[in-house]
Amino acid sequence: MMLSEWLAALLVVAGVCFLGIGALGFVRLPDLFCRMHVTGVIDTLGAPLVMLGAAVYLGAQLVSIKLLLATLFLIVTSPLIGHLLARAAIEGGYQPQLVADESGSEAVPGDAGGDAA
Amino acid sequence: MEGLLTAVTGVTLLLMVPFIGRAIAGPTIFDRVVALNGMGTMIPVLLVLIGLLYNREDMFVDMALALFLLNLFMTLLIARYVRDKVVEK
Repeated sequence: MMLSEWLAALLVVAGVCFLGIGALGFVRLPDLFCRMHVTGVIDTLGAPLVMLGAAVYLGAQLVSIKLLLATLFLIVTSPLIGHLLARAAIEGGYQPQLVADESGSEAVPGDAGGDAA
Repeated sequence: MEGLLTAVTGVTLLLMVPFIGRAIAGPTIFDRVVALNGMGTMIPVLLVLIGLLYNREDMFVDMALALFLLNLFMTLLIARYVRDKVVEK
């Protein structure tokens, strides 16, 4: 294999590893907002690394430029989607899960302040 | 490279299972929307990989671009619709 193919394979495998991290967190994390946070890993590292690897594999073509532009679009729009979804969930009455702080007092649902993890 | 691409495509396909499960089981509608959003990011990646496998990248990359756009507007519109509907009650 040529050097560019090795680089492309490395990028694609790294991207799929980040997709795996995202899927694992999506299974393991308890809350809607935690899961939204781990979906951001897929949007900002997983998918762009795979697309970058595909662009490296294809070499200098028009398709590679399209792939890079799609990656740029994904990176720009992912925070927008996350922000609007979280706002819609809060305004739609979804209560975030909070844990009690170290003093032992119960956390109040809907209270975003304090050091609730 | 062919074997690696096949393996990576299969793994990506498997990684979509938790999202499908959450979209079916999710207790609230927002869980389903987030799961759909995650799936909507992974499906175009899968399309690009399939395009590399079949040597038809030009077609599949255009389809992936269209799916990214659809994912953005679908998620935004569903989130806004559900929010308004819950707030009205």
